[in-house]
Amino acid sequence: MSTSGSTKAPARIKAKQRPGDRIFAGSAVTAGSLILAILAAVAAFLIIQSAGVFTTPNEDIQILQGQSFWSYVGPLVFGTLWASFLALLFAVPLAIGIALFISHYAPRRLAQGLGYIIDLLAAVPSIVFGLWGATVLAPAVQPFYAWLVDNFGWFPLFSGPVSGTGRTILTAAVVLAVMVLPIITALSREVFLQTPVLHEEAALALGATRWEMIRIAVLPFGRPGIISAAMLGLGRALGETIAVAVVLSAAGTVTFDLLTSQNPGTIAANIALSFAEAYGVNVDVLIATGLILFAITLIVNSLARYIVSRRSAFSGAN
Amino acid sequence: MTQIPTVTKAGSLDRPIANSYSSGRLGDGMPWLILGGSAVVSAVVFVLLQVGGVTEEFNISGAVLLTLVIYGVSLYIASRLVEGSRRAVDRLVTTLVVTAFVIALLPLISVAFTVVTNGSARFDIQFLTYSMRNVVGEGGGALHAVIGTVLMTGAATLISVPIGLLASIYLVEYGRGRLAQAITFFVDVMTGIPSIVAGLFAYAVFALIFGPGVKLGIAGAVALSVLMIPVVVRSSEEMLRLVPNELREAAFALGVPRWLTILKVVIPTSIAGITTGVMLAIARVIGETAPLLVAAGFTNNMNYDLFDGRMQSLPVFVYSSYVSQGIEAQASLDRAWAGALTLIIIVMLLNLIARLIARIFAPKLGR
Repeated sequence: MSTSGSTKAPARIKAKQRPGDRIFAGSAVTAGSLILAILAAVAAFLIIQSAGVFTTPNEDIQILQGQSFWSYVGPLVFGTLWASFLALLFAVPLAIGIALFISHYAPRRLAQGLGYIIDLLAAVPSIVFGLWGATVLAPAVQPFYAWLVDNFGWFPLFSGPVSGTGRTILTAAVVLAVMVLPIITALSREVFLQTPVLHEEAALALGATRWEMIRIAVLPFGRPGIISAAMLGLGRALGETIAVAVVLSAAGTVTFDLLTSQNPGTIAANIALSFAEAYGVNVDVLIATGLILFAITLIVNSLARYIVSRRSAFSGAN
Repeated sequence: MTQIPTVTKAGSLDRPIANSYSSGRLGDGMPWLILGGSAVVSAVVFVLLQVGGVTEEFNISGAVLLTLVIYGVSLYIASRLVEGSRRAVDRLVTTLVVTAFVIALLPLISVAFTVVTNGSARFDIQFLTYSMRNVVGEGGGALHAVIGTVLMTGAATLISVPIGLLASIYLVEYGRGRLAQAITFFVDVMTGIPSIVAGLFAYAVFALIFGPGVKLGIAGAVALSVLMIPVVVRSSEEMLRLVPNELREAAFALGVPRWLTILKVVIPTSIAGITTGVMLAIARVIGETAPLLVAAGFTNNMNYDLFDGRMQSLPVFVYSSYVSQGIEAQASLDRAWAGALTLIIIVMLLNLIARLIARIFAPKLGR
């Protein structure tokens, strides 16, 4: 903007300080700092509330059923990571495909409209996805699961017995994948559109087909963007609560099996399901699990944002 | 396509020679022909499955997917035979990319279809004018939930818009150095806070003040505003940055103080974009279930007071109607779907209005 503080002119004219300016600038700074304060407060209050867990003997906490806190939260952490990993496994290739379709394949005039359609997926509330996953998707895929177990049961992931309801971790992962699809698509699309047109045209001029052009010009350019988009999607999937709580019938086990009725739960869904009945120090246990979830997502998101910001720094952002 | 007229040598030919532009290529209509063929084959397969009793009804998504698979494979083979492997791969990838888009459409269509068909059963006047007080079994409505959603989202908007707008003004107009960088970074990080954690935070704050087990509407509003603030900051920051610097400099040149410049020049220029951003932020938090479940609880009664007692909201209404179905399970399920339909209508309306505002009031920058 206008003034640069580095000029060392001896008689620098100072701008007049008006009260209106002071108040306005002050409130703007306050609001900005308030955001940092809120984030700090989230961490602080969760830590304060969960302190009770470690001062009370485990036998007195009903929800733990005599185990230590860590053996209570362990399977939940596993379930959270496993479900999110599966969701990303479906969502990332699909999102890259959709982003490429919108940025490089669809007719220019349609592209924006198609982008809106994908964004509509993000507008659907998670409870609606939960309801849909439990009452439409799960019954629809159950016969397919049964077929998989019958024919490919020898494959470790598909070992039986098959769940009768279809509300397994695979179904939950599919619902999660649908929910994180828009965010990954939107970000990758942006990155693909930023590919230098000269690179693309150079590739085409050398006789590359469209796919070869994408492979040698677009994808290498967009790789950091895809990675960070995937990590942002991961952050979303890790924290998704209600859809998983409704779709997944969790048993709190640690297993990689995708199709049985013995599924690991996730932290967020477990909190939502147990919170209404919890009281006293049990609530503190749930808040402590929430703190762990907060820490995991904070790390994932920070990493993703760091990659994005580093990227925009060296691309010159023009 | 380039349709080069065929060269006739010495006028002696009665039919055109295959020229170098069209030989070794699949014709324009070929892919469509193959697509049609695959559609027919897959339709036949699924009709046979249905007649044979393997599937109960005609499986549309299955048929569409099988069509695309057959299409991809046969087009690849055809292209490989005629055009060589490089073009074949290119065509295969094109098919895959289109397939990805179609796959993403399937859940969207399916969700819209189920919500509308299941939700319309109970989407009536009674549903929108009754609460669930003393309702066992059939009947009842979601008025208390609608009121709760409006109150809590409204309060969340009142909290987040001033903070978010001022913070974005700070970032665009004042922010230099470390603090601005930190705020930008942490706003981005904050967008990724799991909604349930926001709910737990609000619960923890109010539990420390009012004692454990407290559930208040305002706690729900606080939880929602934690989720809403970063969205508001991001969108208004983008809009403020679009305001051309010349406008600010012109105001400064006229001796207008900085704060008045911002208030009278910068914000009015970008107000349409800011409104759009706020409405999209509202649309995003209005569907949040988990934080409200934790912070505001659920109830069957009307509650107009944010500061007293539990408060129902639409998403939580849908959730609790589905989870605890009671004696008349179907009635409760119908209510859940009707609630979901109401919620989707609200969210879509908000999105639509936001986009309309953006479209109608947007061209303030150009001349």
